[in-house]
Amino acid sequence: MQTRPVNQKAWFLVLPVVVLVAFSAIIPLMTVVNYSVQDTFGNNQFFWVGLEWFDDIIHSERFHDAFLRQILFSALILAIQVPLGIVVALCMPKSRFWTAVVLVLMALPLLIPWNVVGTIWQIFGRVDIGLLGKTLFSLGIDYNYTQDPIDAWVTVVVMDVWHWTSLVALLCYAGLQSIPDAYYQAARIDGASRWAVFRHIQLPKMKRVLLIAVLLRFMDSFMIYTEPFVVTGGGPGNSTTFLSIDLVKMAIGQFDLGKAAAMSIIYFLTILLLSWVFYTVMTSSDASDRKPRG
Amino acid sequence: MQQSATTMREGAAVPQRAATGGTAGAVRRRTRGGGVPVKPLILTLYLVFLLLPIYWLVSMSLKTNEEILSTFALWPQDLTFANYAEILSDPAWYMGYVNSTIYVVLNTVISVSVALPAAYAFSRYRFLGDKHLFFWLLTNRMAPPAVFALPFFQLYSSIGLFDTHIAVALAHCLFNVPLAVWILEGFMSGVPREIDETAYIDGYSFPRFFTRIFMPLIAPGIGVAAFFCFMFSWVELLLARTLTSVDAKPIAATMTRTVSASGLDWGVLAAAGALTIVPGALVIYFVRNYIAKGFALGRV
Repeated sequence: MQTRPVNQKAWFLVLPVVVLVAFSAIIPLMTVVNYSVQDTFGNNQFFWVGLEWFDDIIHSERFHDAFLRQILFSALILAIQVPLGIVVALCMPKSRFWTAVVLVLMALPLLIPWNVVGTIWQIFGRVDIGLLGKTLFSLGIDYNYTQDPIDAWVTVVVMDVWHWTSLVALLCYAGLQSIPDAYYQAARIDGASRWAVFRHIQLPKMKRVLLIAVLLRFMDSFMIYTEPFVVTGGGPGNSTTFLSIDLVKMAIGQFDLGKAAAMSIIYFLTILLLSWVFYTVMTSSDASDRKPRG
Repeated sequence: MQQSATTMREGAAVPQRAATGGTAGAVRRRTRGGGVPVKPLILTLYLVFLLLPIYWLVSMSLKTNEEILSTFALWPQDLTFANYAEILSDPAWYMGYVNSTIYVVLNTVISVSVALPAAYAFSRYRFLGDKHLFFWLLTNRMAPPAVFALPFFQLYSSIGLFDTHIAVALAHCLFNVPLAVWILEGFMSGVPREIDETAYIDGYSFPRFFTRIFMPLIAPGIGVAAFFCFMFSWVELLLARTLTSVDAKPIAATMTRTVSASGLDWGVLAAAGALTIVPGALVIYFVRNYIAKGFALGRV
């Protein structure tokens, strides 16, 4: 990495991407910034209000609640999906045929449109026509995701585990594939235990892909919208109203542009900050791990 | 090099293992001894968990509405394809699939083709602001679509692209281009720089080198990047729905609207959902070897 030559002409290669992303990111973002510092009484007449909208949002109970729910949701998702993904990756079969079969089956949920994922779980969990709902009901468990907040949460979390654990597993599997057989042979000669093999050979080799997996899963779970919206619509009450759902409600439902824009900016900056923290923590622990080994 | 080693290992795995007994599988088998096969058990449970909801959807799509609501059976008692027939004969339904496919393919082509040179620049050269630029690109992958829905709507309406396929394809570039750059950069960094230098000494021009020598070398990377672009564009609904109304309406949006309009036609809804799984399943089937090998070659 350090030996890459300096070449300013490389900018020409990057230019198409910069133009394209600038068009689809900077212009809309400027609109958002514009709205966030102005107010309007209609007729396209705007006047400057400074940081009032931000002040409003930061002190609003509704935003605090949605924010806490979002943090809790993302934390739960990471805590379940990352370990489960690693376990599934370790369980992959050895034979070529079965690997292909399992890979195809595992990737299936990833390619289902998000609202269909919602529809699938909506149907699956219904007490009257769903397999899951009906089974739980006949077991005597009072399960109803449209009325009980806890059930709604469980449904949304299980749905996300169903939907995305395969991504973590696929990435980890790719990491495991890159380990040369010689490593395992050496471990066997040293009489290493199963846990030692995992801790000192497999886990370090998966670090890079795990970083990608954690970042992707964090970012995507933090902006989840479609699936819970289809299943619970943010309810019962506001119990599954995550940040995106709240934002869309505010921007398109109530057309509260200034407030929604201010919230957008806070929301976006939060994701940036948290992703940066994850990235820094995980890469720096990687570097300190590598140093003693040389 | 690495790739050929991987292929060789996989190809020769069975006889090699039998001969030396020194592979990972043998180690694990030996330490565990007899008893319950834990790994296949965990994997089977996981796959059952994945497939049950999908099975339920498919089985429901083969039932009549009366059967769905009145009887509860694990498989269709009165097998019917009427739900599928309704979708495939009504343009309002099947045009949704056509529209989705058009903008997804457009987006994949645009994303990968602009990302290729950029990823090459990032993996081979240092230039003014390269690190900042790379990070800025990634930040767009972190932008919640909900933030962009309204501004996108205003932007594309004002330039007359509202309700066109290209509008959705461009909007999806927001998160797909950074991802494609990220993935491709990883794969390209795995290719030794000596190859570039040798090619230039041999008199290859940059475009010729890039298309004739370099792109075949990173073909798995291109496959993986295209797969991810396809995937994230195919599954996205919020932006696609916001930017379309009639002519380019995606199938996902058709589903949500029809449900609210015609009451609860569970059978047709399930059939429409089941059909949206088909393109994804086909794509996975074709890139299955790229997924396993491709990831391992790239970022690891």
